Amino acid sequence: MKKLILILFSGLSLFTSQAQDAETKGKELFGDLRARHIGPALMSGRITDLELHPTNDRVIYAAAAGGGIWKSSNGGATFNSIFDDHCQSVGAITIDPTNPDNVVWAGTGETWTRNSVSVGDGLYKTVDGGTNWKKMGFEKSERIAGIQVNPKNGDEVYVAVLGALFSDSEERGLYKTTDGGRTWNKILYVDKTTGCSDLFIDPKDPNVVYAAFWEFRRAAWNFNSGGLNSALYKSIDAGKTWNKIHKGFPAGKLGRLAIAAAPSNTNILYVVIESEQDKDKGLYRSDDAGANWRQLNNDFGIVVRPFYFSRITIDPKNPDIITKAGLSGSISRDGGKTFKDLGPLHSDVHDVVYDIRNSDRMYAATDGGVYRSWDGGTTFEMAENIPVSQFYHVSTDNEEPYNVYGGLQDNNSWYGPSSSPGGVEARDWKKVGVGDGYRVLPHPTKKLIYSEMQGAENVWRYDPEKDQAKTIQPLAAKGDPKLRFNWNAPMAISAFKPDRFYMGSQFVHRSEDMGETWVKISPDITTNDKLKTEQGNSGGLSRDNSGAENYCTIFTIAESPLDENIVWAGTDDGNLQVTKDGGKTWVNTTPNIVGLPKNTACWHVEPSQYGKGNAYAVFTGYQKGDMATYAYKTTDFGATWKSIVTNDIVGFARNIQEDYENENLLFLGTEFGLYITIDGGKSWLKFTNNMPAVSVHFIDLQKNTNDLVLATHGRGIIIIDDISPMRQLNEQSLNKDLHFFTTKPATMPEGNGFGSTATETQFVGENASRSAKIIYYLKKRHTLGKMTVEIQDQNGVKVADLDAKKSKGINVLEWNYRMKPPKIATAKTFTFGGFTAPRVAAGTYKVVITKGKETYTNDLVIQYDPKSTIGLSDRKLNEEATKKLFNMTQDLAYMVYEVDETLKAAEDLKVKNPSATKTVTPLITDLNNLKDILVITKGDNYVGMGEPQLREDLADLYAKVAGTFYKPSNAELNNLEGIDARFVTAKQNFKKIKEKHLTKFTEVRNKNKLEPIIIKSFDEFLKND
Amino acid sequence: MKRKFLLSVIAMSFAVFVNAQTPDEIIAKYFENTGGLAKWEALQGVKFTAKLKFQTMELPMSIIQLKDGRTTSSIQVQGMDLRDNVYDGNTLWGSNQQTMKAEKKDAESTENYKINESKDFPDPFLGYQKKGYKVEFVGKETVDGTEAFKIKLTKKPTKVDGKETENVSFYYFDTENYVPILQESEIKSGPAKGMVSQIKPSDYQDAGGLLFPFTTTVGAKGQPGGQTIVITAIEINPKVEASAFAFPAEKK
Repeated sequence: MKKLILILFSGLSLFTSQAQDAETKGKELFGDLRARHIGPALMSGRITDLELHPTNDRVIYAAAAGGGIWKSSNGGATFNSIFDDHCQSVGAITIDPTNPDNVVWAGTGETWTRNSVSVGDGLYKTVDGGTNWKKMGFEKSERIAGIQVNPKNGDEVYVAVLGALFSDSEERGLYKTTDGGRTWNKILYVDKTTGCSDLFIDPKDPNVVYAAFWEFRRAAWNFNSGGLNSALYKSIDAGKTWNKIHKGFPAGKLGRLAIAAAPSNTNILYVVIESEQDKDKGLYRSDDAGANWRQLNNDFGIVVRPFYFSRITIDPKNPDIITKAGLSGSISRDGGKTFKDLGPLHSDVHDVVYDIRNSDRMYAATDGGVYRSWDGGTTFEMAENIPVSQFYHVSTDNEEPYNVYGGLQDNNSWYGPSSSPGGVEARDWKKVGVGDGYRVLPHPTKKLIYSEMQGAENVWRYDPEKDQAKTIQPLAAKGDPKLRFNWNAPMAISAFKPDRFYMGSQFVHRSEDMGETWVKISPDITTNDKLKTEQGNSGGLSRDNSGAENYCTIFTIAESPLDENIVWAGTDDGNLQVTKDGGKTWVNTTPNIVGLPKNTACWHVEPSQYGKGNAYAVFTGYQKGDMATYAYKTTDFGATWKSIVTNDIVGFARNIQEDYENENLLFLGTEFGLYITIDGGKSWLKFTNNMPAVSVHFIDLQKNTNDLVLATHGRGIIIIDDISPMRQLNEQSLNKDLHFFTTKPATMPEGNGFGSTATETQFVGENASRSAKIIYYLKKRHTLGKMTVEIQDQNGVKVADLDAKKSKGINVLEWNYRMKPPKIATAKTFTFGGFTAPRVAAGTYKVVITKGKETYTNDLVIQYDPKSTIGLSDRKLNEEATKKLFNMTQDLAYMVYEVDETLKAAEDLKVKNPSATKTVTPLITDLNNLKDILVITKGDNYVGMGEPQLREDLADLYAKVAGTFYKPSNAELNNLEGIDARFVTAKQNFKKIKEKHLTKFTEVRNKNKLEPIIIKSFDEFLKND
Repeated sequence: MKRKFLLSVIAMSFAVFVNAQTPDEIIAKYFENTGGLAKWEALQGVKFTAKLKFQTMELPMSIIQLKDGRTTSSIQVQGMDLRDNVYDGNTLWGSNQQTMKAEKKDAESTENYKINESKDFPDPFLGYQKKGYKVEFVGKETVDGTEAFKIKLTKKPTKVDGKETENVSFYYFDTENYVPILQESEIKSGPAKGMVSQIKPSDYQDAGGLLFPFTTTVGAKGQPGGQTIVITAIEINPKVEASAFAFPAEKK
């Protein structure tokens, strides 16, 4: 057996360290500019593996196909993401049974090997329950299918490496460590084409280990499952020696095998076999620990798509209750003889686990998230806060807030708002297509949406207002060959003709009437390789002709934003063609790309804003086993191409987006995250602020907001709001201690709706902040000494104190347009209206940052919403009324302060000289009577609250007026008049009380040689806070 | 204005101060750079006068912490005194925001406080071995764009909703000044359970020969916003009556 020892952290290549540098430099530059996630989670996404804590039924781990690892600590009610910094494609997750609170292993790279599956980058371990993860080797493994820990020795771990999907790999095989992962031995290896696909260790006798091996290979155009090397092995000496255990297995080639033993009796084994003959496929059982096998069942649910569904799980208490992953998932209660479907739940079930104490509680991993059952799998409910949706594409419209459109793996096509009152929640999203969704494009000028399902089986033009859909895909006309559409078929619209619509099969199709009429404007521009268009034979031992392997197809189309006759089209078999005459002639430019391997898929072409001949192209070779990054720029219509890739970038690229204002600012989406260059591709920085290392399939830059909108294949839609500061990064700005970025005037939002309706366990996407933003660059993080930010009006009068942002790099400081709230009179209870702070008026304000001895200033322009229906005169009335109520509130606070100070002095006198009681009692009584009508003096802050008095009525009215931009209503003005009159009367009464009592009171205090009562001035009183 | 917001803040934030190769070298440098180990060890108590800030709203606040573990915090809201995280050596208590009356914290919180936080003055790292805490150097990471040493601090296990749970937090000391610029720990209970709390100290300034962070921002990782506490004055070794901490019981 070949021995391979991987030492942790050894042999890090220059490539890796440069890549880490790109991440560190990114953190240093982007400071606290952060991404926000809007999900959605209503359809969630593919979950590959579930793991339950062996002794604590509150703890569940869920591994996602492209969305990392999620942990629940409340029995599955809610989940939190715990793996953001690492590869988001996860194949296996296993808890160390010897230290289950802390030690968890995660193998990256999904092993349900559909064509769109991502790749992993190794094995990870946490020793603190998921807070921190360390890579433990296997960087080149691509896919880890199983991890098993010796239940008696946590340092002894087996790892099943399934390996590469599209290429040979010597990394495949079964590995073992005996020192907690520091070193590894490859203990079982078959060949470059056969990986370890399933693994099981007998908990009762950890020397007994079962390992399934699978011979398989995928190409972009074909899948082949099965071969003579697939086998099931058993070791009884902890992996030293292995034997095939096939007695009772069908003869000939085998495909993917799934293995499980009953926890309650580990002599009972089940295996699902993919074999040559349909009659031989299905579930087999052994009652003697694998010595003999007998076939039990070959129902559809057991044999369906073994590459996608090969997991058996068994009730921990009953060896005859078995679940099998599948299209619907199947459950048997008679030891595997008969099955019925689970459900209902989202289709494509990949794993099912049973609660450790109550087997009626089950959890299922599906293409649509995690599901829980409370009744043994009869009914399921979905966990609603796991936003691991797998978008293929994204587009945006120009509404305010703009909408986001896209299609998802096995989860339809959707659009939803980029922001919504209370956050972007499940019910904000609207479905605009069924099946697997891919590209969704809004019509540029009409309320219409184009969407599609897999392979362009249907392309819809949907009217969301009338809820009417029409199918409009190009169809083969008389004399046409069969149209070959990619599973993810390209569509495009024009910047010149709103009704123009493009689609690509092997031809570029153009419609000038929104899909009613189609014209082929190109010949077959693919390689049209007949050997690669035989999808009917795809699958190997189990035929699998879903259409996903359609090949020699166009994958990307784009019309130039500068010239409608310039159209680019890239194909999945490596051509990038361009026409300059609206389709009359086409030129394949790929042969002009130096260094690009032949037939590398053109994943995206981006015609530039900065020259008719300029374009960017991204190529992806992962479906040939080539993980390199390919991104190029041309300035001469593809006659020459220059690579803009550096070693800073990790992962093969899928998309590139050019900035609209700064030619050198580019955004590149790779399999492991987002990269940004500010120098046209000479160097790249990784963006990691709230941006997981997730596969970015598509990028859009919303023109009105400058928001970068990312379609991630595993973490839903992620948005970086307003990237315009990045446009202003240059040597000069980066060399200043503090540099203010120019920002657009900030618009005060007028919405004050009632917020979200989501329940406590539902995901709610984060809204864009509508605060004013003060954006500055700091050369160094501010740690020592004082740093303050204040906003001043035109006259230099301070209107607000803000908390400085202090990161090195870009800082985004938000201000909610409000000044300080008024000082409120002291009482027995809160008055909630008093917490309202008044807004500033529109205008130009000055931002003053003081950092140590240095002061930095910049203007900040605040404007009213130009689209508002509220007129300027109404706003002024509002501001005047707000100001009056604000002043009245503070005047009342001061009056109550004066009353309280006088009362205190009177009580003090009573204590110090009881003989003065007679003199001061009338004063105390009068003041208390006055106070009783000024503020609440009894009760609590809830239902025991006393009757509202002047303070409460005043604060309530103030909050109502200050809370809107409208002119005060007549009711409010009348109410104000009444409150004003009460206040005037109260002031008069106070004056009378003072006139009546104060002279005498002061005399008595003087006689008693008490200090004079000190009443602060109004200004001092306000300053006191 | 949410009625509940006030209480959460004090509890999360002022585990303080402050709270800063081998981990011991980093910790030693931290104490050296912030006034010297002897001064920290001699410290008997601190009174902070501060402002609790929510954007432009500022609430006056004061916090007293003594070496024997007693502590009190109060926030003045519309002239009323809202107490929280008050510990008299036996009882942990705070004000009910509806009635403004003192109420005891639940037994689990009190016990957890006794086991760990009551021994943390003035800093959990000061004499951490004697407290039974463990530290570990995890590595270097970039925090706020700045290189930082990451130190794992494991205190004594606490109980969370009835289950004994490891008590781990991570401190990030900037490699230039050796002072903490971030403290992270998993939120184990309540509506934010499973999220990571972040406490960011900054504006380190001298008070009585010791360096304290005069600004502390409290939030959750990956979430917008947060609350800030800005210190306006620090009194070293204040004289405080026992009554400042006592639970004003109506009932036993």
